[in-house]
Amino acid sequence: MTATAARLRRRLHRLEPAAITGVMSRDVTNFKTFWKTTTFSSILDPTIYLLAFGLGLGTIVAAVQGMEYVQYVGTGMVATAILFSSVFSAMYGVFIKHRFQHTYDAILAAPVDVEELVTAEIAWLGLRAGLYGAAPLLVTMLFGLDPSWGMLVVPLIGALTAFGFAGLGVFAAALVSKIDHFSYIQSALITPLFLVSGTFFPIDELPQGAQIASNFNPLYHCVELVRHAVFGFETVDLFHFGALIAFALIAWRLAIWKLEQRLID
Amino acid sequence: MQAPLAIRLRGVTKRFGEITAVDGLDLDVPEGTCVGLLGPNGAGKSTTMKMLTAQAIADAGEIQVLGFEVPADSKQARALCGVVPQLDNLDVELTARQNLAVFARLYRVPRAERRAAVDRALAIANLGERADTPVDKLSGGMRRRLLIARGLVHRPRLLLLDEPTVGLDPQIRQELWALIDALRSEGTSILMSTHYIEEAERLADTVAIMDRGRVVARGRPAELVREHAGVQTLEVYGPPARLVEVREAAESAGYRVRQTGTAIAILGAEGANGTLPEGVSRAASLEDVFVLLTGEQVE
Repeated sequence: MTATAARLRRRLHRLEPAAITGVMSRDVTNFKTFWKTTTFSSILDPTIYLLAFGLGLGTIVAAVQGMEYVQYVGTGMVATAILFSSVFSAMYGVFIKHRFQHTYDAILAAPVDVEELVTAEIAWLGLRAGLYGAAPLLVTMLFGLDPSWGMLVVPLIGALTAFGFAGLGVFAAALVSKIDHFSYIQSALITPLFLVSGTFFPIDELPQGAQIASNFNPLYHCVELVRHAVFGFETVDLFHFGALIAFALIAWRLAIWKLEQRLID
Repeated sequence: MQAPLAIRLRGVTKRFGEITAVDGLDLDVPEGTCVGLLGPNGAGKSTTMKMLTAQAIADAGEIQVLGFEVPADSKQARALCGVVPQLDNLDVELTARQNLAVFARLYRVPRAERRAAVDRALAIANLGERADTPVDKLSGGMRRRLLIARGLVHRPRLLLLDEPTVGLDPQIRQELWALIDALRSEGTSILMSTHYIEEAERLADTVAIMDRGRVVARGRPAELVREHAGVQTLEVYGPPARLVEVREAAESAGYRVRQTGTAIAILGAEGANGTLPEGVSRAASLEDVFVLLTGEQVE
């Protein structure tokens, strides 16, 4: 067989659904052992935040952009939940599976390529974060948010955002040489993204430079989309969707590229 | 006609920076046989194993596994291979059955056959009664059996064993040897890397001794012993100063000599006719060959 023919044959076998669902089945089986703790904190965290910010800060700030402050923060917290659920699970989970448990060595000895492995990990974390990201919305409803049909789209917005952040987490896990180095990423990247995303205060009150910069913050697009899903979509949401799709694609390819360097000698 | 080859390596070279881990390696594993890859730590055994599943990519040379070119068609080859790694990488929070079920899927066992495949693997590992126990509650021996069973869940044609019994009790080791021997007698091709000489001697049809990334000798264990170490080895005991004298005398008489911890072993002692000092005579062993070819000093 010529080299070209061999390459061609391999090309046909990229990203096989059987390999991707196989890796995801491992994630699902493992998740069954710790879903209770995940569910517990994904309900309790937004409750505490809403009590502190909504009721505490809400006594000074009555309304933001025409919403009650508790509803403003509650809808914004969806993005926070999605971010934390995806990026940290990806960073720590992938680092541990790769360096400590050597899980990926076993998976790559099976008919699974790095591209499929990364795709499966991102897909699983994205879907999970999309689902759990809706938890703050449910909690906010207890604080008086009225249900709306648009809320049904929120898990999809969540999953799309989480694909990108899970990809970023996988990339970070492959990038660092020690687990402590996650502190750099957490403090220098994740915390600013999270604070300046329009979750706790509106971006349009900030200086113009910060407003332009926030267009490069995927979480800002997510926050906007979630609020619009709850209170009514606008034309600008096509731009927000586009930005999240671009982010997810870039993060996905970066994650594959870097983890392949780590996993294949 | 020669038997078809499960593994064929020609001129395979792998470098890590300045270090050449595998240096122009040629290796054949005929189908249905067990080949032992024997060598000291750092000889390039693990790197060779990783190249067979495209988890390391060779810098030069040709690799074919079950007729597939590696790395180009590695995925097809991997579907037919079982791999048992040196390091335990089971999912410790999952049960034995769950671990096997995940890998049955990863190895593309059709859905309708998965349950039977998992049950069969549990039976091979003799873990039927512990099937629903989480891995972190299993003993070291059970975990190792499960690791082997995981590599067999899809009935591979070729099994790659990387140091299958490293760090295990003698009892468990013998249990695993029986398991591996049974697989070979059923026709599974096996490549096993090990630095336990007894393991290679017992399980392997042929042995390839590796040193510094090359094969320095290959053949049936008994033939290698005859060819390189003769028939009888004489071990002479004594205080260190005496051992130095014995060694010098034997070497100047043209014998090959090695240190065996507390004694000097004089190889090919069968034709000595009383010219050698008093000592304990024993049959020459594969260990004699191993040390002779790979050196007394470990790097």
